Amino acid sequence: MEQRLIRNFSIIAHIDHGKSTLADRILEVTHAVTAREMRDQLLDSMDIERERGITIKAQAVRVMWECGGVTYQLNLIDTPGHVDFTYEVSRSLAACEGALLVVDAAQGVEAQTVANAHLAIDNNLEIVPLVNKIDLPAADPDGASAEISDLLGDRPEHVLRISAKSGLGVPALLDAVVERIPPPAGDRAGPSRALVFDSVYDQYRGVIAFVRVVDGVFRTHQGVAAMATGNRFDVEEIGVMSPQRTPIDALEAGEVGYIVTGLKDVSELKVGDTLTLQAAPAAEPLPGYLDVKPMVFAGLFPSDGEEYADFRDALEKLKLNDASLQYVPETSQALGFGFRVGFLGLLHMEVIRERLEREFGLDLIATTPNVEYRVATVGGAEVEVNNPSQMPDANGIETISEPYVKSSVIVPKEFVGTVMELCQDRRGDFDHMEYLTEKRVVLIYRLPLAEIVLDFYDQLKSRTRGYASFDYEVAGYTASNLVKVDILLNGDVVDALSLIVHRDKSYASGRALVERLRTIIPRQMFDVPIQAAIGSRVIARETIKAKRKDVLSKCYGGDISRKRKLIEKQKKGKKRMKQLGIVEVPPEAFLAVLSLDETK
Amino acid sequence: MLGVAMVPRTFATAPCRKGARHDCDNARVPARHLYVHVPFCAHRCGYCDFVTVTGHDDRHAAYVAAVLTELRLRGGALDPAPDTVYVGGGTPSLLGANLLARLLDALPPAAERTVECNPESVTAALAATLGARDIRVSLGAQTFQAPLLSVLERQATPADVTTAVDLLRAAGVRNLSLDLIHGIPGQDDAALDADLDALIALEPDHCSVYELEAKPGTRFTHHHRAALDAQAERLEGHYERVIERLEAAGYRWYEAASFERGDAWSRHNSAYWRGRDYLGVGIGAVSTLGDERRTNGPRLAAYLAALAAGSEPPGTVEGLDDATRVRERLILGLRLAEGVEHAAVADVIDDAALAALVAHGVAREDGGRILLEKRGRHLAHDIAARLLRDA
Repeated sequence: MEQRLIRNFSIIAHIDHGKSTLADRILEVTHAVTAREMRDQLLDSMDIERERGITIKAQAVRVMWECGGVTYQLNLIDTPGHVDFTYEVSRSLAACEGALLVVDAAQGVEAQTVANAHLAIDNNLEIVPLVNKIDLPAADPDGASAEISDLLGDRPEHVLRISAKSGLGVPALLDAVVERIPPPAGDRAGPSRALVFDSVYDQYRGVIAFVRVVDGVFRTHQGVAAMATGNRFDVEEIGVMSPQRTPIDALEAGEVGYIVTGLKDVSELKVGDTLTLQAAPAAEPLPGYLDVKPMVFAGLFPSDGEEYADFRDALEKLKLNDASLQYVPETSQALGFGFRVGFLGLLHMEVIRERLEREFGLDLIATTPNVEYRVATVGGAEVEVNNPSQMPDANGIETISEPYVKSSVIVPKEFVGTVMELCQDRRGDFDHMEYLTEKRVVLIYRLPLAEIVLDFYDQLKSRTRGYASFDYEVAGYTASNLVKVDILLNGDVVDALSLIVHRDKSYASGRALVERLRTIIPRQMFDVPIQAAIGSRVIARETIKAKRKDVLSKCYGGDISRKRKLIEKQKKGKKRMKQLGIVEVPPEAFLAVLSLDETK
Repeated sequence: MLGVAMVPRTFATAPCRKGARHDCDNARVPARHLYVHVPFCAHRCGYCDFVTVTGHDDRHAAYVAAVLTELRLRGGALDPAPDTVYVGGGTPSLLGANLLARLLDALPPAAERTVECNPESVTAALAATLGARDIRVSLGAQTFQAPLLSVLERQATPADVTTAVDLLRAAGVRNLSLDLIHGIPGQDDAALDADLDALIALEPDHCSVYELEAKPGTRFTHHHRAALDAQAERLEGHYERVIERLEAAGYRWYEAASFERGDAWSRHNSAYWRGRDYLGVGIGAVSTLGDERRTNGPRLAAYLAALAAGSEPPGTVEGLDDATRVRERLILGLRLAEGVEHAAVADVIDDAALAALVAHGVAREDGGRILLEKRGRHLAHDIAARLLRDA
């Protein structure tokens, strides 16, 4: 199709502002799917995505729309809505000329609205702002429109008003897509280049790349090269999603579609890479390729050691579809053989863990998530440590640096004090504060990432009664006064429970963790001391008192079945416990740090 | 006229599977233990979870007749000369001397025959009925502290217990057991000691000391929630105190909650703990016979109606395979000082767990039996859960 008749756009929004619902409605209004085929949030194809109402993998769909008697090709590129997946959002945006910025009429502009709008502006996209959910009783479309136009420096009347749920305003929105978003402007004659903005693994077809052709043409059976990795392959099939995979002969500059690569592993074709033709390669790749680095690390161990091989296979399979997933084998004295897995963020971690347990039937124990530290040793070397148990001996350490993030919190002004208190408590450095509107404030803090990965977001939500929204971007490493706190159970260090904390907080953390463990670990047949120690110095101690009685007194002819069932239940309870020496430890103990604040 | 039908009705035709370890070889051996449930009570105590019936004095005779009918109908499952007969409740003594005598005379003779009594319903006539038949009496004292008796909603006074013991002894009852409950809301260490003093002073041949089991959802648990929570930890100390005091007084702690001296251990209850078959008749009564456990329905009217019509009472049946019976045998056997025969439970136990328990000094093996050390006996449930192999 001629480039002037093509529009490529994304939908960007804060989580739950209705992005996926709008995508569904667009498919329906353009008759890409019939009402019968319509499943809610069709584009979110993973079960977990549908259940959690979040989008993890981006997808691209081609629909046709008639405007002023002319039929246009609209390519809708859905984007992930969570901060963990910002990189994928930015790659999706790089494939577009425009973006629909969705704001909930009742919630107004939120932290990810701002972050996503900035991303779109950075990518030179034409933003079509719109207020969604205008039919909600609590909707304030005027207020929300004013906030958006403030944010974008636009006029409030330029902000469209829709209800993605009912479809109200959606046809007008599609007209606006045609009228306001510029057509692509690639060179159809030039050397072919296409941006890979997503990839998925299909067990029958191998890696399928989602691409935006920027210049030239790509056809079936052509030899293609990925410019960043240098990998080469032949195009097995080329096509568009409408919304099912539909093969076509060629994708031309300005068009969006998929390429079946035949590659066996998504890591061979990275998101952000540029494809070109082997026969006539482009000189320069498209800008902006980044290797995404995991930010959060945790040990994952099968609770039954015999499942290790299954676990390894499962990780390999997930990795096929998720290039950002990184893992290395880890051996814990306490938990046996497992993997240290790197994640983009906490949500990513939860999603991966849930998929491992649900799709692969594994029963996993996770250790407390942590960040990656850079340790300068006395000998002058720098080592990266993403596992507290591997922290070098304190004597050999010159400095420990930890990753920081620049975080922005948007909150009604009455919560400013609360949020500042939380950020200070988490070792945050105040940067600045702005009034977004009369009532809402954005607070910018530099925070150690380690302080965020545990429960910052939960705390923020609960302390602001759900009103705060939060976003962050990485902001380099800073040296901090950090120490490793070990936990000893019955006199033995449990490596999987070690944590790295700021020295000023080490006593409080050690004490809180020891107390928490005392409540989590059930009483045993013996007294079990729990200690927190820095090096050989014990900083906190608790004792789990031995259980002295565990036998129901009465047991006669009528009680036997009940008694047997009780003991079988007890047996089941024991099965999920991890046996550390003579101590039975429930799996949740390894995440005890996460719930420390609850006990305060 | 006794329920000794020569053609066993219900249980005759089920031959045992190979490898069965219960009381049978190729054909089922009849049970040697009979339980008779008498559900009537003057008042239903708040903590009680037995099947009981209050306010049906007019039906006592009909009930006794019905029980005897049931025994006739199901008697094929019982050896005509059983080892033990146990009349429990409810309050069997509430039947009164005459009706109780009629029941006892209709039941088969046995070396040990027990009747449960409440102190306030023991009269001279009742005591004479029991003494004349050499009945073992289990007397529900529960506590000797008046305020605690009222917490339990018991109708007896502390003096009633002493009076009952005197009457029973005077009537020639040679084997007397007293029940005591600890863990009563409001019972402190001193009150427990006072109860133990009183119990020991009465010189029973046998005693059972139970921790009060406050079942979730009962009126009692609801009413005493705060006190029950507050004393949870203290109960462990109470249990230890009970054992220590009774052992010091010359009693043998032969089962988790049971003590005896002079060879007065309960043969009937020991049959349960040794995993033997037993026939139970009366409403709510449970029978364990080979590969099934039958529980009679709890409703009096339905029970009387069924038996008046000459049919077996309504009830439910739980299938028990061999492995389940062996698992039960382990669970129950660990309650006993004598432990459990290793070979009998070898198929269901985890050898590594046993070795660990032995290494930790809570269990030992002796003469082919698995025995728990004293501290292990306090933790018999935990140990059973560890010992059982995954099913």
